[in-house]
Amino acid sequence: MTTATALRSRHLLGIADMDPGEIQLVLETALAMKEVATRPIKKVPTLRGRTIINLFFEPSTRTRMSFELAEKRLSADTLGMTTAGSSVVKGETLSDTARTLEAMAPDMIVMRHASSGAAHQLARICRASIINAGDGMHEHPTQALLDAFTINERKGRLAGLRVAIVGDLMHSRVLRSNVWLLTKMGAQVCACAPATLVPHGLTELGVEVTTSMDRAVEGADVVMMLRVQQERMHGLFLPSVREYFTLFGLTPERMRRAAPEAIVMHPGPMNRGVEIDSEVADGPWSVILDQVANGVAVRMAVLYLLAGGDEERN
Amino acid sequence: MALILLKSVNLVDPVAGRQGQFDLLIDGGIVSRIGRDLPTDGARVIELPAGAVVTPGLIDIHVHLREPGQEHKETIATGTASAVAGGFTAVACMPNTDPVNDHASVTEFITKRAAEAALARVYPIGAVSIGSRGDQLTEIGDLRAAGCVAISDDGRPVATALLMRRALEYASMFGMPVIDHCEDPSLKGDGVAHEGAVASLLGLRGIPGAAESVMVERDASIAELTGGRVHIAHMSARQSLRAVRAGKERGIGITAEVTPHHFVLTDEALKRNGGYDTNTKMNPPLREEADRVAMVEGLRDGSIDVIATDHAPHHADEKALEFDIAPFGIVGLETAVPLCVDRLVHAGVIGLTRLVELLSANPARILGLPGGTIAEGAPADLTVLMPDVDVTVRASALRSKSKNTPFDGWTLKGAVGATIVGGRTVFVNPDVPALKVLR
Repeated sequence: MTTATALRSRHLLGIADMDPGEIQLVLETALAMKEVATRPIKKVPTLRGRTIINLFFEPSTRTRMSFELAEKRLSADTLGMTTAGSSVVKGETLSDTARTLEAMAPDMIVMRHASSGAAHQLARICRASIINAGDGMHEHPTQALLDAFTINERKGRLAGLRVAIVGDLMHSRVLRSNVWLLTKMGAQVCACAPATLVPHGLTELGVEVTTSMDRAVEGADVVMMLRVQQERMHGLFLPSVREYFTLFGLTPERMRRAAPEAIVMHPGPMNRGVEIDSEVADGPWSVILDQVANGVAVRMAVLYLLAGGDEERN
Repeated sequence: MALILLKSVNLVDPVAGRQGQFDLLIDGGIVSRIGRDLPTDGARVIELPAGAVVTPGLIDIHVHLREPGQEHKETIATGTASAVAGGFTAVACMPNTDPVNDHASVTEFITKRAAEAALARVYPIGAVSIGSRGDQLTEIGDLRAAGCVAISDDGRPVATALLMRRALEYASMFGMPVIDHCEDPSLKGDGVAHEGAVASLLGLRGIPGAAESVMVERDASIAELTGGRVHIAHMSARQSLRAVRAGKERGIGITAEVTPHHFVLTDEALKRNGGYDTNTKMNPPLREEADRVAMVEGLRDGSIDVIATDHAPHHADEKALEFDIAPFGIVGLETAVPLCVDRLVHAGVIGLTRLVELLSANPARILGLPGGTIAEGAPADLTVLMPDVDVTVRASALRSKSKNTPFDGWTLKGAVGATIVGGRTVFVNPDVPALKVLR
């Protein structure tokens, strides 16, 4: 695989559209960006004069803060709009919101939205670069990129690693982006969930699917836990938190089945005692806070590359 | 009305057993004689261009005309203009208007508006239950007297097994079928696309084929219990087709229709044009290739009785919403014939005779409508097909008030030449100059 010299698209809508060379380019660029956070003055002038709108139609703490920090460290002018619920509830359609913002000539729009495909809809309307910060159950590409960066940082590679992804596979955009990314980069992915939360078609993407947590963790180099929403816990998907933790919770005992030096990841926010034992979340395996730190660097890389990758535009 | 002699036309009429060159004499809108070398008798003689095929008027038994209540999507006038442009001389319209067609006064309003439009014949379908809410039968006898030809809670399934039982029993007194939109609400959940690999990758909530087939099986059992006639609307899943076949083998009164989009498209269409095109969102959803192939096979082997469009106009603003919020449905009246001729006849699946059964004879038989054949003494409802003429679909040029079609830009072989209702030419394809003679 050769590292790409630029991204082909001016949008980042999903990992599905990226090729391995482009993914490698983002990861290598992020390495350079990470160094900025170690400086006393954590700011470079790369995106000075560029305007970025952060449009969050769903509650988000870490992703929104991470993007804002990345934008500010690149000296972009940023403004945010956070609304609960969909645009329809507000009375304005997403298309009209997009056209309104477009009229203010932003260079980029970062959007989180509850509907799968919302970022694609925006990309059809706007001249600005669209960065998908999570669309429904579809994709969350910067999360997968920061996960890959973190794995790379610890393991020195992605190819050939055995990665277990455990949790609510069906409703997870993090799963979908990670499956695209990890399979494209040559990792072996084993996805594990209760049978009620396994989406169709995963095996066709080259993913091993199991309902046995022990099987998933066995020999894994990376164990990636996914959040299970509380509302799925007491209905027809799952009978109880207690049973979920018994069958699928990540405990120190289970981690002993993993490969030596295995790492544990979580995109957050965590449900301690639901999907992950605190002893694991805070233990030596955990790289969960590294993920947060790397998120800023990876998002800086994405913003920089989508802006054209041109250094110091004055 | 004048005396017209259609000279030596190529006729396809499976009910009458006619196929080949015949003369048709039309007197005052009524077919007065069918034969060979009929005397001119002072009639205006019309010769159709080579390649034209005359069939009994096509009948679409599943359309949404949206009036009363949703006139921003379609009206009876624009919907019937779309129908005749699509070659349909008659349509049966579903009751999910606002108010629901659950009372004779609504039926009468629809019939009156259709008469004013004076294009296609409109046969209203009444609701099974008041407000289609599933708890109280409508006055089915009164609806029948006002002109309803069937009952359905379309848009929703007939809510319970007991309601289906009572509806089939009660409607059988009037010889009417119950048309069911088969979909188990709990299995459908908040799904928006076929449950399969495509929906998984696009992050769209799925509707499994079983959501449809469990209710088809329920309906087959209840039709068997009651001896009534159930008609399965817009069948899409291969499991449902198996249930219909099994029911027919047991001699149950069960018939089924399929839409052109379900035998032409699959859920792969949801990935086209950058993905999430809301003109690929309909209910039932576009299913996977095995289902599409099954529908084609059902059309070929006779297990499917009818092709109906489920013409479902929606305003562009509504379809411009996010995929999971946008309404289900596409318009179908003006694309049905090109899709059927291109994908079924030219593809070698069925012949024109079978196509006429699916689009005219069987719809008439199942709903007990006049037509479905060309008979002496009956109104001259005729469709002129030009099976070898190419059509390029242009959404913006559709007669329907709404333009929500996934077939925009498609070129298909098989055009509607003209549509004649009661001896009156109500549509002539402007792209076929030789048909000017029919004006």
